[in-house]
Amino acid sequence: MSGKIYLYPVWIRLWHALNAILIILLIISGVSMQYTNPENPFIRFDIAVTMHNISGIILTANYMVFLFGTFFTPNGKYYKLTFKGLFARLIKQFTYYTFGIFKHEKPPFPVTKESKFNPLQQFTYVIAMFVLVPIVLITGWALLYPEIILTKIMGGSGLKVNDFIHVIIGFFVSFFMFIHIYFCTIGATFVSNFKSMISGFHESH
Amino acid sequence: MISHFTQFTRKFSAFPVLAMVVVLFLSLQLNAQSKKAAENAAFNEKCLKCHGQSKYKYTNPESGTEVTKKMYMETIINRSQFAESNHKNFKCTDCHSADYDTFPHPGHLRMEAMYACNDCHGGDEAYAKFKFEEIESEFQASVHATKHSEDFNCWMCHNPHTYKINVRSDEKIKDIVAYDNAICLNCHADITEYQMLTDKVNPNIVQKHDWLPNQALHFKNVRCIECHARTNDSILVAHNVQPKAKAVRRCVECHSTNSILMASLYKYKVQEVRSKAGFYNGVIMNEGYVIGANRNYYLGLLSLIMFGCVAGGILIHASLRILKRKK
Repeated sequence: MSGKIYLYPVWIRLWHALNAILIILLIISGVSMQYTNPENPFIRFDIAVTMHNISGIILTANYMVFLFGTFFTPNGKYYKLTFKGLFARLIKQFTYYTFGIFKHEKPPFPVTKESKFNPLQQFTYVIAMFVLVPIVLITGWALLYPEIILTKIMGGSGLKVNDFIHVIIGFFVSFFMFIHIYFCTIGATFVSNFKSMISGFHESH
Repeated sequence: MISHFTQFTRKFSAFPVLAMVVVLFLSLQLNAQSKKAAENAAFNEKCLKCHGQSKYKYTNPESGTEVTKKMYMETIINRSQFAESNHKNFKCTDCHSADYDTFPHPGHLRMEAMYACNDCHGGDEAYAKFKFEEIESEFQASVHATKHSEDFNCWMCHNPHTYKINVRSDEKIKDIVAYDNAICLNCHADITEYQMLTDKVNPNIVQKHDWLPNQALHFKNVRCIECHARTNDSILVAHNVQPKAKAVRRCVECHSTNSILMASLYKYKVQEVRSKAGFYNGVIMNEGYVIGANRNYYLGLLSLIMFGCVAGGILIHASLRILKRKK
């Protein structure tokens, strides 16, 4: 059975597209700064810094849009985790991805208007959007104004710790992005999920 | 035949006696040194009575009245700075004429030549490790020497009455930076001092460095010479101050694992401490944070392994999907 459901309103698609572009720019410029090498600069250091700063600032504004959308539109319901039986649901979805999918089984949690994300998606999205992204944003702003935030609030000792947290969490965000993009190829067809993010319609298996 | 035990006890019974002799000798040496320093300090008090403050008094022989006069700024010696300086144990007359003993000072003493560093330090084995001759030739190549000829001498930055060794010490990097930058700012941020050598108005340093991200943080954590002087591997502190156009402007010169800071600001500490295992630049890790220069080896390795696992997982999953797809 195959059908189309309108799941992604315009604002979500715009937010998501901007989010994707910014995160990619941040990963590229971040990696370039962290592994900078004068003989072979991936992106020239000062350009990478500016790129990272501007993208980070816009990402913060975009995150505010996400928070607003989560708390004041029906989209918020998709992020409400139900802890009861969560582990069993996560295992079920994980088993599907590791075994069921190759046996062409039906997805255990099909996409509906009420439940846009499968349990594994929902769990990782909640971790990414409510734990990882806020941490990188906060530590990022602290690095943008180190003399105000880090030396005045944390007495100057926090710079190294703050940067380590920023780099490590940023690294996990980049992991998320790779896995996220790969899992998007698991749709009705190889490209149907990518098309959904443009058209707004989800195509079921 | 003497047993091993007897040999051992004989050998080590001599040790305490030897140690006591060494301690006694050293303490006598130190005592002699501190006695000499105390004598010199007492001697210097005769000069500092007037030159250690902003005014001096004398009795006018004509009228018999006591006169109070202002001391010229240039001839005031800051007591506390002198007491901490490298030359603190010297007598004033070690460098100045003994004729200063009389007051009013004889007029010809105004023409007294000032010593340059190498008049004493040059060619002296005791100071060989400081490489004063190399410093001199580096200075001669710098803009300070080429633009100002003889007018610019060592004293401009290293007043022997106050200068104290800074980099070769246990001082924190931040304190070293503050001390050294104050030397540059003494002229470059003070028009009166600046115009002793030029008629130009000194540029506004903050405005000139507008392009520098996190300017305040840079100014507190690195010395002016990091970007404005060419490093020389054989001396500890670069003295070859370069023209403005040759100043370092590329961020990666410092923000990379090959950071030039390792050959300048952190050089002494690196030589003394050596990098700790697992960290490329131990000193930067401990005393500062330079994005791009601080990399934790294990963190880098772990991230690479994790990245490999993610990429491998995706590759295996994708291959299986292709292999198992519906025909």
